[in-house]
Amino acid sequence: MATPISTADVAHVARLARLALSDEELDQFTGQLAAVLAHAADIEALDTAGVPPTAHALPIHNVLRDDVVVAGVDREEVLAQAPAAESGRFRVPRILGEAP
Amino acid sequence: MTANPAADIAGAIRRGEKTASGVLEEHLARVQAREPEIHAFNLVLEENARDTAAQIDAAVARGVDPGPLAGVPIALKDNLCTRGVPTTCSSRMLAGWRPPYDATVVARVTAAGAVAIGKTNLDEFAMGSSTENSAFGPTRNPLDPSRVPGGSSGGSAAAVAAGFAPLALGSDTGGSIRQPAALCGVVGTKPTYGVVSRYGLVAFASSLDQIGPFARSVGDAALLFDVIAGHDPADSTSLAGAPPVASAALEHGVDGLRVGLVTELVGAEGLSGEVVAGTRAAAEALASAGAKVEEVSVPATVYGLSAYYLIAPAEASSNLSRYDGVRYGHRATGAADITDMYIASRSEGFGPEVKRRIMLGTYALSAGYYDAYYGQAQKVRTLIIRDFEVAYQSFDVLLSPTAPGTAFPLGAKTADPLLMYLNDVCTIPSNLAGHPAMSVPWGAGADGLPLGVQVLAPALGETVMFQVAATLERLAPAAGRKVES
Repeated sequence: MATPISTADVAHVARLARLALSDEELDQFTGQLAAVLAHAADIEALDTAGVPPTAHALPIHNVLRDDVVVAGVDREEVLAQAPAAESGRFRVPRILGEAP
Repeated sequence: MTANPAADIAGAIRRGEKTASGVLEEHLARVQAREPEIHAFNLVLEENARDTAAQIDAAVARGVDPGPLAGVPIALKDNLCTRGVPTTCSSRMLAGWRPPYDATVVARVTAAGAVAIGKTNLDEFAMGSSTENSAFGPTRNPLDPSRVPGGSSGGSAAAVAAGFAPLALGSDTGGSIRQPAALCGVVGTKPTYGVVSRYGLVAFASSLDQIGPFARSVGDAALLFDVIAGHDPADSTSLAGAPPVASAALEHGVDGLRVGLVTELVGAEGLSGEVVAGTRAAAEALASAGAKVEEVSVPATVYGLSAYYLIAPAEASSNLSRYDGVRYGHRATGAADITDMYIASRSEGFGPEVKRRIMLGTYALSAGYYDAYYGQAQKVRTLIIRDFEVAYQSFDVLLSPTAPGTAFPLGAKTADPLLMYLNDVCTIPSNLAGHPAMSVPWGAGADGLPLGVQVLAPALGETVMFQVAATLERLAPAAGRKVES
């Protein structure tokens, strides 16, 4: 069985998931995630040698369609829902630092 | 008309005996009376619905048939995109967002003449089993407002039970249609994966999510299923070919059908005694009606809960990475750079259960744990599919409980996520296998609240599943308490 999830693990995962957690949330989530993962010990212990994984339950492969031009969603309608837009594009805060 | 079947309402409107506008006003009056207490809706679409109903009436007056759902009010779970109409997923992240397109199911029910009456409350992003995880407050069970309606499609189940609409659409990733249907005493169906288009359903766990009908009768659920089923080129996981017809065999009975009572699901962790007794009584009733009923073991289903709570959060952590405050949805103000903006927007926009699942999924997919958790869960999924295949060699349908008990009090399970997750123990295996399953009311518990029994069928087995469900409906013991009028 894997080592129980630690507060440090939870803090690491929060960074990966782009979530900021308070100390209280960090403690709470550590306990709650540990309980769910402890329940999963039943499948961790299963011998699944030679069993292929299933990502998708039904046999659908290589879905193709004719390459026909169809109307997409309206650009103005989409941009109207953006938190900030400018000149037909999504506006975001600074991505790169100041030039040296 | 607020207690009438959808099929009767549509028939009366098509024949010109009733107007869609009149039917709508009766339902809106019912909403006005009970909605303040129930909170089934995030948004009631009074004006849009009145316009649509007037168009239906004008069509009938011109001699045009509006379709099989002519003038039938329908409630839409608020994770189904409606063009120009707010679609929130009961999350602060999407509050105020107006999608630029309609979900395929919304377009289909509208084309069939249905009148969208409102967007229903849900657990945030469909993550939960009680509708208490909504950012806009919980929905209450119309049969007992101190109890939950189940979830995540609790608003849709409550709307149908309360007489706000005879039909509703929900989505089911691990039981989110069937469990609230059981707790509210209505019929709820999860179709075969790929039979109903997911285009315009806000994604939770894409390999498990399916849209399906709620109704107060099996016949009405079949009517709605037959409208929404079918191939959609806009969803690459949509199955080609004609879909199964749910209404094809409703009157056929069960004589000679082979029904398997699933040992592991009747014996699942946390089920109440009356749930088990009810399911066994349903099996006996089918046997009396001519079915060959036996108990059958589907061994790997005992691992369903553990596999699901790794796979679904893993897929969710990937799907919900799209909420970054850039193109739509909530954006935090005052961030110094784009990374801070992502973090602040997501931390402000998501509620605790959504964060918990994103964390769990990110962990299950992270380096060093992928094989032990996500990879292993995917292999268990294979084992579950294989064991169902064996069972369906000997049985036409399978039978199990739907939910572990009757509707529980608000707040009873919110402090313990794992206890809440156990609500889905009997419903999860069908999602993992991609199979159809539905909940049918089966009497009441000692508290007078409804119990449900689940009919499971193999992929594309909707016709026989609805056939057995219709028989159970005819044989069911009396329901307990009624919704206040």
